[in-house]
Amino acid sequence: MTKSLLVISRQSPWSGPSAREALDIVLAGGAYDLPIGLLFLDDGVLQLVPGQKGAQLQQKDLTANLKALSMFGVEDLYACGISLAERGIFPADLNVEPLQLLHAEEIATIIDRYDQVITL
Amino acid sequence: MKFAIALFSAAHAPSSRRALLFAQAALAGGHEIVRLFFYQDGVHSASANVVTPQDEQDLPLQWREFVTAHQLDGVVCIAAALRRGVLNEEEAQRYQRPAANLLAPWELSGLGQLHDAVQSADRLICFGGP
Repeated sequence: MTKSLLVISRQSPWSGPSAREALDIVLAGGAYDLPIGLLFLDDGVLQLVPGQKGAQLQQKDLTANLKALSMFGVEDLYACGISLAERGIFPADLNVEPLQLLHAEEIATIIDRYDQVITL
Repeated sequence: MKFAIALFSAAHAPSSRRALLFAQAALAGGHEIVRLFFYQDGVHSASANVVTPQDEQDLPLQWREFVTAHQLDGVVCIAAALRRGVLNEEEAQRYQRPAANLLAPWELSGLGQLHDAVQSADRLICFGGP
């Protein structure tokens, strides 16, 4: 039986290569048609904020990679509602779809649903 | 039990030492390691160019000896490695760099090898952070 994998992305898009490298794992899994989910947690939710200007930091914008998720068949995208609220981000402003907002207790349920978990 | 072990932290991070200790304990306990996958800063533990002070433990050397002795499948993510200057001879030539620092028993390969390990192992154990 194919094992499912949940990737938990906890780093902001500009704090180093972690956000990109978490996304790369997910995109590779999507390319192999594996059951894969992506949970944005803690500073990871900052990746979802629209209107990022990576060029001002001389860095590449991750937004295009996020948009590629659906093309790679990755539809199970989750964001932690508390992490968003803590950072003053309104879910309605996010430009990643489809995105499921999770409460604290739902996060445990989601993690439990997957066979393997990688946190970056 | 079949374990896949993923390492995300640099050679000097305590979590990298825990990864090696876990791997050694897994084999000692009669378990199998289907693959070691070094990703992110974990690629530095596969570098042959890390020089550790004499009174400290040489983790990259210990990994190399461990993987060789047990003939394990030690895979280093090629994208993560190139970004951090960990190159084998082939990649050093391809990108016209002056030296290669990734030698046997390590192999450079893609993230597909991580997913393959996830599928073939009973448990994926990740080591990252401090």
